Amino acid sequence: MKKRTFREWLKAWDEGEIDFSVPGPGCPETPGDAASSGDAADDRPAPKDDAAIRAYARRFRDREAALFRRIYPVMVVLIVAVISVFLLRVVTELPPFGSADTPANSSETIRRYLEDGLSETGAVNVVAGVILDYRAFDTLGESHVLFTAACAVLILLLSSEKQSDSLRVREILEKDAVLHTTGRVLIPLILLFGIYIVLCGHLGPGGGFSGGAVIGSALILYSLCYGPERVRKGLNLKSYRVTVLTALLFYSLAKCYSFFCGANGLETIFGPGTPGNLFSAGLILPLNLAVGTVVACTMYGFYALFTEGTV
Amino acid sequence: MIADVAELLLLALLVVCGIAACASKNLMVSLIIFMAYSIIMSIVWGLLKAPDLAVTEAAVGAGVSGVLMFVTLNRIRRIRREEAKDDEETDI
Amino acid sequence: MLRILWDSRIQSAAVILFAVGFTTLLLNRNLMKKIVGLNIMDTAAYLFLTSIGYIEGRLPPILADGVADASAYVNPLPAGLVLTGIVVSVSVTAVLLALSLRLYKRYHTLDLDTIYRIVHEEAEERE
Repeated sequence: MKKRTFREWLKAWDEGEIDFSVPGPGCPETPGDAASSGDAADDRPAPKDDAAIRAYARRFRDREAALFRRIYPVMVVLIVAVISVFLLRVVTELPPFGSADTPANSSETIRRYLEDGLSETGAVNVVAGVILDYRAFDTLGESHVLFTAACAVLILLLSSEKQSDSLRVREILEKDAVLHTTGRVLIPLILLFGIYIVLCGHLGPGGGFSGGAVIGSALILYSLCYGPERVRKGLNLKSYRVTVLTALLFYSLAKCYSFFCGANGLETIFGPGTPGNLFSAGLILPLNLAVGTVVACTMYGFYALFTEGTV
Repeated sequence: MIADVAELLLLALLVVCGIAACASKNLMVSLIIFMAYSIIMSIVWGLLKAPDLAVTEAAVGAGVSGVLMFVTLNRIRRIRREEAKDDEETDI
Repeated sequence: MLRILWDSRIQSAAVILFAVGFTTLLLNRNLMKKIVGLNIMDTAAYLFLTSIGYIEGRLPPILADGVADASAYVNPLPAGLVLTGIVVSVSVTAVLLALSLRLYKRYHTLDLDTIYRIVHEEAEERE
């Protein structure tokens, strides 16, 4: 059998050539099957019996399916009702809503984050200090989850065929006066707002994720107004890969550096600085920039793959 | 007092939007209600003193994931229309 | 008991939304609706987590004027955890949408029961 790439497998599956649900040319047979088929090759049942057995099996399966279809909704409603009653019971057992002396709110960790966070990380926004300094491993894993999802979507949807219909839709959109005027006014504002959110992630609400998503949506609007070719001049498949990988690599290296010397209380060249200044809070600002780049590229990449089949 | 009423109103709207998004037959309507649900959720997070979450949910939940769902629906309609065209050609 | 449920109404609403999303995920046969249900379940869980960290009459955890006093701000930890969760749920949504688009291209329907039927019929034709 000839060897196929993953994309060829997908194409063959699309055209119905292979089926993963039955053992065939697509799936390796189990060794037990091979042995039994070799032994029982002579006394295989006659075709007529075979058909009868198959018809019986189908009838049995149909009956089973009908029964299942009738029982399934009842079971679902029952299970969901039991689960929600149980959860509501748990809610009544919890400490009163909004109280300060619960175990979750009065633990040592929380006090440490709130009281020493400013002097240790330099971030005015404690949440940014928690996710990008104390718990930066979490955020690194999260960026990689996003990157892996982008890779999965790229594998599933990347196609080289031209979308003829999208061209016609784009012609209509490009002549649309309302969309153009709105876009011309709004795109710079949205971009500016996104950049502000990314840059001031350690000073106020926001950070790399929300800012990246805002920048990504500005790119989506730009692509809707002026066509994806103009975005592709700056962000094609190659530069997309390079940008995202560089940002992720920078994140990993920066965290390696801060784990190596910052976590042990050694001297570090990225000090907390003056809290409240733009260039303060050590590595949080560059890390926010890296995360914002990854998120913006990934969000636009999702959109472009879903519409055009390419970035 | 006013904050209590606002919170109650938002929670009621949240539950209604959640149920309506699940119950509506039309997929497009369901997606639009889901985006409204996300916006209300981001306001509730603002009330719960978590502004980071509010900003992120407004940008990500109501913006990007809603747009992705719309685009998927649009692509599916395109595939369906192309098939209808192909069928007509073979009929003739 | 109803009194307690009323007092912690945000958590009760989160439980109700969780149940609604779960029912849709299990009962609705349309793949797109299943994705919407999963998203509603996600946000309900995040709402519950955030409401655990809320403390009555305190400020959001953005240190105003350098006042670093733990008794002035709400709990910052659930917000940080939920922030991670939101981004992961968007990634999951995108992958699920891409998979259902592939399924539509192959079987020309989004209905899960019809897809099962077509798969069975194809398997029988092959035999």
